[in-house]
Amino acid sequence: MAQRTSKKSADPAANQETAQVVKDLHERMVRIRLFETEAGKLMEAGRLPGFLHLYVGQEAVAAGVMAALRDDDQITSTHRGHGHAVAKGVGLREMYAELYGRVTGACLGRGGSMHINDLTRGMLGANGIVGAGVPIAVGAAFAARYKGEDSVAVTFFGDGATNIGAFHEGANMAAILGLPVVFVCENNGYAEFTPQSGHMLLTDVADRAAAYGMPGVIVDGMDALAVHRAAADAVARARAGAGPMMIEAKTYRFYDHQGVKGLRHPYRSDEEVAEWKARDPIDLLEARAVADGTATRAELDEVWQRTRDEVAEAIAYAEASPLPDPADLLLNVYSG
Amino acid sequence: MTTITEARAAAPDGTARKLSYVKAFNEGLAQAMREDENVFVAGEDVAGYGGVFRMFDNLLDEFGPRRMIDTPISEAALVGLGVGAAARGLRPVVDLMFMDFIGVCLDQIVNQAAKMKYMFGGALSVPLTITTASGAGLGAAAQHSQSLEAWLAHVPGLKVVMPSDAYTAKGLTVSAIRDDNPVVVMLNKVLLGSAGEVPEEIYGIPLGQAHTARQGSDVTVIALGRMVGEALAAADELAVQGVEIEVIDPRTVQPLDTETMFASVRRTNRALVVHEAVTFGGLGAEIAAQIQDAAFDHLDAPVLRIGAPFSPVPFSPVLEKAYVPDRARIAEGCRRLLERS
Ligand SMILES: Cc1ncc(C[n+]2csc(CCOP(=O)(O)OP(=O)(O)O)c2C)c(N)n1
Ligand SMILES: [Mg+2]
Repeated sequence: MAQRTSKKSADPAANQETAQVVKDLHERMVRIRLFETEAGKLMEAGRLPGFLHLYVGQEAVAAGVMAALRDDDQITSTHRGHGHAVAKGVGLREMYAELYGRVTGACLGRGGSMHINDLTRGMLGANGIVGAGVPIAVGAAFAARYKGEDSVAVTFFGDGATNIGAFHEGANMAAILGLPVVFVCENNGYAEFTPQSGHMLLTDVADRAAAYGMPGVIVDGMDALAVHRAAADAVARARAGAGPMMIEAKTYRFYDHQGVKGLRHPYRSDEEVAEWKARDPIDLLEARAVADGTATRAELDEVWQRTRDEVAEAIAYAEASPLPDPADLLLNVYSG
Repeated sequence: MTTITEARAAAPDGTARKLSYVKAFNEGLAQAMREDENVFVAGEDVAGYGGVFRMFDNLLDEFGPRRMIDTPISEAALVGLGVGAAARGLRPVVDLMFMDFIGVCLDQIVNQAAKMKYMFGGALSVPLTITTASGAGLGAAAQHSQSLEAWLAHVPGLKVVMPSDAYTAKGLTVSAIRDDNPVVVMLNKVLLGSAGEVPEEIYGIPLGQAHTARQGSDVTVIALGRMVGEALAAADELAVQGVEIEVIDPRTVQPLDTETMFASVRRTNRALVVHEAVTFGGLGAEIAAQIQDAAFDHLDAPVLRIGAPFSPVPFSPVLEKAYVPDRARIAEGCRRLLERS
């Protein structure tokens, strides 16, 4: 059975370090939240083409994990990838420009929301195919070890994705090759409109880790600090050569599967949504920071304001950016 | 099911009833399920949600959870479930949502479903229907926009149909389900909401029989799926300029009704093939080769192919628009063919 994590330190030096981590987590979460809520508004206003799978509600997972990574650590992401990209440090300008289909975007306007990447930040791409990022992270970890580097690879995937072959094959491959991969399942309780109970008989996805001989831990995915501690342990373990590990973060998406509001079929109850929203990961972290004196309300507000300005600037940049030139349709199909 | 009564109410004066492409598909599927108790549907979010494209709306209400099955995101197991159930006498309809997801279950389609009857010495049939939504035009980018009919039409044992309007969405679906072979029904995402005349009763459209959507004497345009509508629009534009094109909708790309194409080309002496898929290795290459074999002496110009450039489907709408063939490119192609002779 997977283990549930909960740790709290009484040591003052550790608490000092925690204060810095809390500020870091807060900043990353606010960035994601504002990026996503603004993207949702732009989509609803009809200004963005294509699909958007927004990350609102799940911020603690991306922030908690990414705060445990170095720039050279690699991640693979999913269709719901904006949060991972923002938390890994991908520029907001390049991200919005991509959503707008501009040539200044993260994929030069070729990929859109589901393909955002930034190799300078170790972001190996969102992905439109469920589960597809898992084996790619295994390959990235293999390359690191092959080259004698000590970077790790983290792969993010949903509860629903753990039903696809690529996940199982990738997990077993990482385990048998002893690769530095951290498997992060963001269990938001649904695969599209199907609840977890409708797509697997397990309660805890982390139990699947046992099938591949790797440890699996469960963490409160609304608690950024808890996610961060679990991730830091798993990353340290992988970096030290002890092999892969799985973290299941129990979380929730506040928006619909795609876009902002569900247009039909109330597949989840208002009460359920309200219960989870009452545990908004940003509110939780802020309440704790203010209560234990890690930050003042004014300091937290300053982060929101600064980020709001940055988001507005990034959107303006995207809107002012040129469109790709149709004469370049064949660009980048092949190398060389 | 409410569609039939709704539609009657909408057409009280006896004019032909119109249904959207996706509702026509849905009605055909429902009628095929009523016709044969062995037909069931499995796929992701097909039952409780009715399918992300509303393809399966209301079917859970009528047919219940025994025949409408929501599955995990496990396409290999989903198609495999269909293959095994078909081998044991059921008539499964499995849904792959976006055609691009075929990548994760190609073995079950290509090595299992397609070859089973042959390898088993004819001992069984695999009456499996795979439904899926294909095509670009929605800003869905490279992994949610492909038209992969050429991959499948290349595999002996599979049949592939490409409905071009509401009428064919219903009739080809019914025929696919009634057929004793694995058939892939490639719906087109952009057409889902487009309305057309659809008879209320159940009907099939013979697989492997092309339809001449418009008659003309100057150029034969063979168009696949959504390109049929684009070709018809090009025909209107060209007619104003005194050019009459004949538009052929193969409806089924495997088997392919080449006789209808040959007969047309023998009259028009010029042929153009248009599809959304990339030109290289697309159905256009096969059709052009066959026309040249069968009607070389009748051709006044080489067969022209119009398809997508050899790149993944781009995201940015400006690029996507330039990428997908349209009525203007078809009309232009026809004019070029006429200039040559
Ligand atoms: C192979 C494949 N099958 C189906 C889909 C369609 N699809 C996109 S997201 C999704 C649900 C994924 O659920 P989960 O892994 O829990 O991630 P979440 O959306 O909850 O973040 C599905 C079925 C897909 N993109 N790829
Ligand atoms: Mg999920």
